[in-house]
Amino acid sequence: MRSTKKEIQELIAKRAADELHPESIINLGIGIPTLVAKYVDTSSVFFHTENGMLGVGELPSDEEFDPSLVNAGKLPIAETVGASYFSSSDSFAMIRGGHVDVAVLGALEVDEQGFIANWAVPGKNIMGVGGAMDLLSGVKKVIVTTNHTTKTGEPKIVNQCSYPITSVRKVDVIITELAVFTFNDGQLQLAELMPNVTLEEVKEKTDAHFELSPNMLLKS
Amino acid sequence: MRKMKKHTKPNEIISKIKTGDIIMVGGFGLVGAPLTLIDELTRYDVKDLTIISNNLGEPGKGLGILLRQGKIKKAVGSYFTSNREVGDAYNQGKIDAQLMPQGTMSESIRAGGAGIGGYFTKTSVGTKLAIGKETREIDGEMYVFEPALKANVALIKAAKADTLGNLAYYKTARNFNPMMATAADYVIAEVDEIVEAGELSPEEIITPHLFVDAVITSELILTREGVISRHALNKKRDSRINC
Repeated sequence: MRSTKKEIQELIAKRAADELHPESIINLGIGIPTLVAKYVDTSSVFFHTENGMLGVGELPSDEEFDPSLVNAGKLPIAETVGASYFSSSDSFAMIRGGHVDVAVLGALEVDEQGFIANWAVPGKNIMGVGGAMDLLSGVKKVIVTTNHTTKTGEPKIVNQCSYPITSVRKVDVIITELAVFTFNDGQLQLAELMPNVTLEEVKEKTDAHFELSPNMLLKS
Repeated sequence: MRKMKKHTKPNEIISKIKTGDIIMVGGFGLVGAPLTLIDELTRYDVKDLTIISNNLGEPGKGLGILLRQGKIKKAVGSYFTSNREVGDAYNQGKIDAQLMPQGTMSESIRAGGAGIGGYFTKTSVGTKLAIGKETREIDGEMYVFEPALKANVALIKAAKADTLGNLAYYKTARNFNPMMATAADYVIAEVDEIVEAGELSPEEIITPHLFVDAVITSELILTREGVISRHALNKKRDSRINC
């Protein structure tokens, strides 16, 4: 049975949550990354948002939101115990200064070398970069969460990015609804297949060349 | 004794802005944006402005009105995606646009206010946004030079001011406002409440008064229902009490 768009996003977000270690400082991007918070105990990790807050919590659905308390996606959030507010420059000092442990980002394309493109589409009127380049230049670990293919079925994990890259810094993990990829000595490796996914399907829908990780897990 | 900052009306101070000026405008989207001052600026006959702000409002809203009015010559920001008319105007050659990484934008404003001419950062190295920029290798890593940003006037938003012009902010509405307060020749703060000097704790003051030239009380307020006027808000509260 085919999964809905929502189910696919939740599946990817849930898997990304497994990558987050207790006590770490995590910045979540817009889209699928935002959903990751649902699957993490917010008392064990600290979420950072670049518009100026550490200690972002999920807003209980029955609680009235505060229009001046939002995340980078401009969605209402809540304070957790020990939360703090700061200016944009302090926030980016945290990001660029190497004080944020993990960024979970969406992508237009990721290539087999680990370069990510997620800010510009040539010929389109979208003019926004936000904090993407800062996060890539500064955080310790970059996890990409993305649909495996575009809406029209084109591979998003490619041989070489055709869109402008976001940074010369490479990503560490790629999580899609089909598989988890990591890098070993700069080589893209398939680390894990998602439930009910075959290696053939991943090969068919991936443009990039990849090797199988020696300790690849076959989830069932 | 230091002169008290005059609590004034938006139309009296917005006239500080002249054609061709560089204006910093605080806010992350509508959150922490000086909505009353922006509204006033749309009524004021001035053009060829350079606007430094994270976003340029939404189509026909906030700074988006200024864009439609043709008052903007150049936009400097990190995320114009919220207003597609910016891209259209840029492609049609109606405005110049400078896209900056958000951290570079905030740091360049901070540098501008701190008397620093520019600085080197790793952000954007090797990307399209670094084309033509000076680079330098420091401790084995490549950095790109970014000049400081300064402005003629900054329009900022805070939660509270005291009569001296000290400012305190509220939650994520702080964002770019404290840096912008330092980086312009003339700084106008829009606040929800003005209190007597001494009523703000020295510990809660984020922007000391020496950075602030004028203070106005906000007439347009961001609520859960969207932006509404203080007048309408008071009426609504009164009707609730009467019920």
